[in-house]
Amino acid sequence: MDHRPQAWGRPRDDVYGAYDASYLQTNGPKTATQSPIVTGTSVIAIKFKDGVVMAADNLASYGSLARFTDVKRLRPFLSTSIVGFGGDVSDMQFLDRHLNELAIDEAYEHESTATTDTDSPSKTGQLNAANLHKYLSKLMYRRRSDFDPLWNQVLVAGFDAHAKPFLASVDLRGTTFTSPSLATGFGAMLAQPIMRRFAATEEDAAALTREQAVDVVKECMKVLFYRDARSLDRYSIAVVTKDGVELSEDEQLEKQSWAFAERIRGYGTQVV
Amino acid sequence: MAAMFSQNPLMNGPNYSVNDAPRVNAPEGAREHRFDPYTDNGGSTLAIAGAEFAVMAGDTRLTSGYSINSRHHPKLFKIGGTTADQKDATIVLSVVGFAADGEALKEKLDAVCKMYRHRHGKPMSVKACAQRLSTILYQKRFFPYYAHAILGGLDEEGKGAVYSYDPVGSYEREQCRAGGAAASLIMPFLDNQVNFKNQHIPNSGEGHALQERERRPLTRNEVEVLVKDAFDGAVERHIEVGDGLQMMVITKDGIEEVLLPLKKD
Amino acid sequence: MPGFDFSNYNRNAALHARGVPLPKATSTGTTIVGCIYEGGVVIAADTRATSGPIVADKNCEKLHYIAPNIWCAGAGTAADTEFTTALISSQLELHSLSTGRKPRVVTCMTMLKQHLFRYQGHIGAYLVVAGVDPTGTHLFTVHAHGSTDKLPYVTMGSGSLAAMSVFETQWKPSLTQDEAVKLCADAIEAGIWNDLGSGSNVDVAIITGDKTTLRRNYIRPNERTQKLKSYAFPKGTTAVLNEKIIRKAELGNFVSVHELTEESGDKMEVDT
Repeated sequence: MDHRPQAWGRPRDDVYGAYDASYLQTNGPKTATQSPIVTGTSVIAIKFKDGVVMAADNLASYGSLARFTDVKRLRPFLSTSIVGFGGDVSDMQFLDRHLNELAIDEAYEHESTATTDTDSPSKTGQLNAANLHKYLSKLMYRRRSDFDPLWNQVLVAGFDAHAKPFLASVDLRGTTFTSPSLATGFGAMLAQPIMRRFAATEEDAAALTREQAVDVVKECMKVLFYRDARSLDRYSIAVVTKDGVELSEDEQLEKQSWAFAERIRGYGTQVV
Repeated sequence: MAAMFSQNPLMNGPNYSVNDAPRVNAPEGAREHRFDPYTDNGGSTLAIAGAEFAVMAGDTRLTSGYSINSRHHPKLFKIGGTTADQKDATIVLSVVGFAADGEALKEKLDAVCKMYRHRHGKPMSVKACAQRLSTILYQKRFFPYYAHAILGGLDEEGKGAVYSYDPVGSYEREQCRAGGAAASLIMPFLDNQVNFKNQHIPNSGEGHALQERERRPLTRNEVEVLVKDAFDGAVERHIEVGDGLQMMVITKDGIEEVLLPLKKD
Repeated sequence: MPGFDFSNYNRNAALHARGVPLPKATSTGTTIVGCIYEGGVVIAADTRATSGPIVADKNCEKLHYIAPNIWCAGAGTAADTEFTTALISSQLELHSLSTGRKPRVVTCMTMLKQHLFRYQGHIGAYLVVAGVDPTGTHLFTVHAHGSTDKLPYVTMGSGSLAAMSVFETQWKPSLTQDEAVKLCADAIEAGIWNDLGSGSNVDVAIITGDKTTLRRNYIRPNERTQKLKSYAFPKGTTAVLNEKIIRKAELGNFVSVHELTEESGDKMEVDT
C-alpha cells in the first residue's frame, strides 16, 4: 500500500500499475445503454388479408440465464396498433412508458366520442400504425445520433392512412424497412424463410386468411423454440384487424415433436 | 510480443485480421465494446444524364450482414414536390450506404426544397438543390451521413443533369455515376459504354494517331438498356445487389417510374 | 517433413504486426444439408462461392467424393474443404486396399475429426459426411474444431438456419427417397433465397447401398438473364500502339532452342 497521504487507500502504482482512468468517463456524451443487459429475443409478424399477426415469447434473458419468464413484449397502442420489442428490456420499458404517455395525450387531443367513421379502427386524427412507426423511427434515429441508443429492434403493426395493413421495423440505429413479413433477431434467420414461403410478396400476403397467418406464426414460434437457445415455449400473440387488437399474452406452444431424439445414439461411433 | 514470434504457430491463438488485432495503446480488456452508429445496408445505385432526360436507378434490396431485411426498399426519392406523394416533383435523389442516414438526408433535403418553394414561390432548380445538398452533407463533416448520394434532374436549359457526392459533400456534375456496393463493378462498364472510353474508330490511324470513338448523347432507350444490363451484371457478381430494379426517368413531362424484377438469390 | 510448411510464418507474423492484412480466402458462406431416409442418405449443397461480398464462382461443386459409398458436403474455407476431403479420401482408399474391405463412414468421420482437432480450428472445414457401408446408413457433421454430431437431418454453413427452418417444419421420421431429395432441395433453396452467402443452383447426391447418384445442378432456379444488347466490339476498336512479330526462325535470338530428334531419348513418356 502506498502510505503517502495523497494516495491513501489506493494500490501502489509501482506495484499494481497506474489507475486506468479510461474506465471513468470524465467527459463525452452522457450515455445510458452501451450494451444490452436483460434481453428479449425474436419478434415475428406477418400481414394477411385484413390485418397483421405478431408474436413474441415471454422470456427476458440475463445473458444465458432465463431470468424472467413472464415478460410481455407485445404492447398495444391506442387499441389500433401493436408494437413488438426485441432487445434490451429496460429500454423497452422506457419506450412503453413513453408510448403510454403519448397514447394518453392522443386520447385527450381527439375525443373518441366525436368520431363518425366506423370503418376505421383509428379514431379520426389519431395516430395510426404508420404514424407511430414514423414517430418511433425519428426517436430511435435521434437517440443513435446522440450516441445514446435505445437497444431495441421494434416491429410496428396496424393500419396506414389508406386503411391497408401496415407492418414495419425500426432498430437501434434508426434503420427502417417494411416487408410482407418481418422478424427480429434470431427470427430474421429462422422464421423469415418460413414466413416468406407463405407471403413472398404483398399480393401473397393479401391472399392469406387470418387462420393461415396465425398458423404460420405459431409454426415459426415452434421452430424458434426448437433452435433459439434464448427462447421460451410460452408466448404472446396479437392479431390486429379493423376491429382492433386481440392480444393473448399466455399462449403455450402446442404439438411439439421431440420423438426423433429417442433414436439418437451418441455423436460419432457410439451405437448404444 | 514474444509469443508473436513463437516457433509453434499453434501456441499463438487465432490469426488476427487487421480489424481484430489488439490495439497497442489500449489497456488490457478496457473498452471492449462501443456502440457503432453506422451499418452498411448494401445495394447499388446508378445515374445517367441524357440530352433531354436523366435516368436514375437503384436496386431495392436492403441487407444487414448475410440477411435480407427487405426485398422492396426504394433507394430513389422524388424531392421537393408540393404534396405527400410528390407527384409534381422534378428532382430525384438516390442514396445508398447506411439506410437510416439516407432516409434522414432525404427528409432534410425535401424539407429544404419545400421551404424554398414557399419562400420564393417557385420550385428549386437542380443546380441550387445540388449546392444545398452539398452544404447539408458538409454540415455533418465530423459525424457524416454515411451515404453516397446522387441527385438527378433537368438543368435550366432542359438538359439532363446528374450530380454525385461523397459522404461529406464534395460534389461534381457528371455524365454518369454508379454508387454503392457494386459501384466498382458498374462504373468501368459505364465509362466504356456511356463515355466510350478505350474505344477507337477502327482503321482511323496508326498507333497514337488512332482516333477515339466520338462521344454522342445516348437515347433514352439506349440508356434504359444499359441500366438494366449493368444491374443484371452486378446481381450476378455482388451478393448485396438484387430483388428489384427501381428506375426513374426525368423528362420535361415529369418523372416516370419503372420497377423491374432482378434475381433474388 | 510431412504436413504444412511453416517457413514463412515468422515473416508473415512480422508483416502482420506492421498492419499487412491476411490474404482473403474463398468461400465462407454456403448452405449444405443432409437427410437420412429409408434405404439411404441424401446430401445437397448450393453452388455459390464468395470472396467477401463478391461472387467468386457461380457454379462451384461443394459435394466432394470420399469413397464410392461416402460423400461429403463442405462449407467454410474452400481450399480447406477440398484438401481435407481429398487427403482423407486418399488415406481411406489406402486403408481400404490394405484391409480389403469397403471403407466405413465412421472411419472417415473419425479421421476427419482427428485431423481437424489437431489443427485446432485453423483448418476452416465444416463438413457434412454421409454414406452407406456394411454397418448401415450414416450421416454426420464435422466442425472445424473437431467436434462431430450424428443426427437424422443436418445443415451447415451461413444458410444453415434457413435450411433448418425447412427441416424443422417438414421433416418426418420415415421418408421415401423422392421425399428426402425434395426435402433437401427445398432446404438448399431456402438458403439460396434467404441467405446472401448462398445462391445459384442445387446439387444433390443420393447414396444407397448399391450406388451413389450425383445430381449435379438438380435445380437451376437462377439462370442468368439475357443481356438486352450485344456488347461485341468491331475489330480494331482497341488501340494497338506497337506491333512486333517474332517468327519461329528468329526465336533463337531470344531463347535457346534445342531441336529434338526421334532418337534423342528425351521424349516425354505419355500413356498411349
